[in-house]
Amino acid sequence: MSKKESIQYAFVKSIPVLCSYIFLGMAYGILMQQAGFAWYYSVLVSMSIYTGAFQFVLTTLLASGASILTIAVTALFMNSRQTFYSLSYVDVFNQMGRKKLFMIHSLTDETFAVNYTLDLPAEDKRKVMFPLAIMCHCYWVCGSLLGSVLGQLIPFSTDGIDFCMTALFVIIFVDQWEKAERHFPALLGLGVAVACLLIFGENQFMLPALIIVSAVLVLYNSRTGKAVSAE
Amino acid sequence: MTAYILFAILVSAMITFGLRALPFAVFSGNRSMPGWLKQLGTILPSSIMAVLVVYCLKAVKSDVIGTGIPSAIAVAVVVLSYKWKHSTFLSIILGTVAYMILIRLM
Repeated sequence: MSKKESIQYAFVKSIPVLCSYIFLGMAYGILMQQAGFAWYYSVLVSMSIYTGAFQFVLTTLLASGASILTIAVTALFMNSRQTFYSLSYVDVFNQMGRKKLFMIHSLTDETFAVNYTLDLPAEDKRKVMFPLAIMCHCYWVCGSLLGSVLGQLIPFSTDGIDFCMTALFVIIFVDQWEKAERHFPALLGLGVAVACLLIFGENQFMLPALIIVSAVLVLYNSRTGKAVSAE
Repeated sequence: MTAYILFAILVSAMITFGLRALPFAVFSGNRSMPGWLKQLGTILPSSIMAVLVVYCLKAVKSDVIGTGIPSAIAVAVVVLSYKWKHSTFLSIILGTVAYMILIRLM
């Protein structure tokens, strides 16, 4: 795959993220503007932190003058799910040389999912993942900038456009379902996530859900592994 | 005030990067990932995708009519259109347009 082809391929794959990040980024920029922050703060946060939900919460924390400790603990809890995404990419990113640090920084819910949809040989995959990561990061920063500069100048309501990301996750889920021999991991994820949502509520369910899912999968792997070696 | 904001952003950025880099920091150089963790890394995405679907639809819990019904219909549109054509792009557009129309009607 040539450099040009890999960039074209990356752009096509990035379109769902484009729809989502531009508008979600704008929503973030508008929120920052309303809270009284200059545009360069939105850009700085979107460049250096680069997470969806936490950035929104950080705005309210900063506006209310929350302590650094509160902010640190919130960052730790809200973003700890990122560790689970990295876990699946240790081997891939370790082969990407100097690009590795940027790849680690730019791994989000969305880029994790889109990387997963790349149906390519390992070498081509690495060629596509880097431009894809840069594009997605640009969409997010540009969205934030647009939102904080234009504010509420947008003449129409874009409410609900962020559903494109939900749609992408649903499509990947269906795709995995069709390809998988065993549906246990997918069903486990659904069941545990819904249970944790009901128990821990909207803002706190991701971390317990991921911990429980991981623990069950480790047990599941060790049992199926034994079953295979016993055959 | 500026110092406080910048410091808060710096701390948040460092923590977020640290969380992303954790598996890389633990398993670098001659310390390779143990087998069970590698296996987990391979199988985890199938579960995470399901968790992310729930994550996107979490608002349904607090607003069953206004968000829940549009979400349920839009997800059905995505699944059925994807089963029909297997075109990611088409399904995203159909689902998102359906959702945007429905939340205005509800």
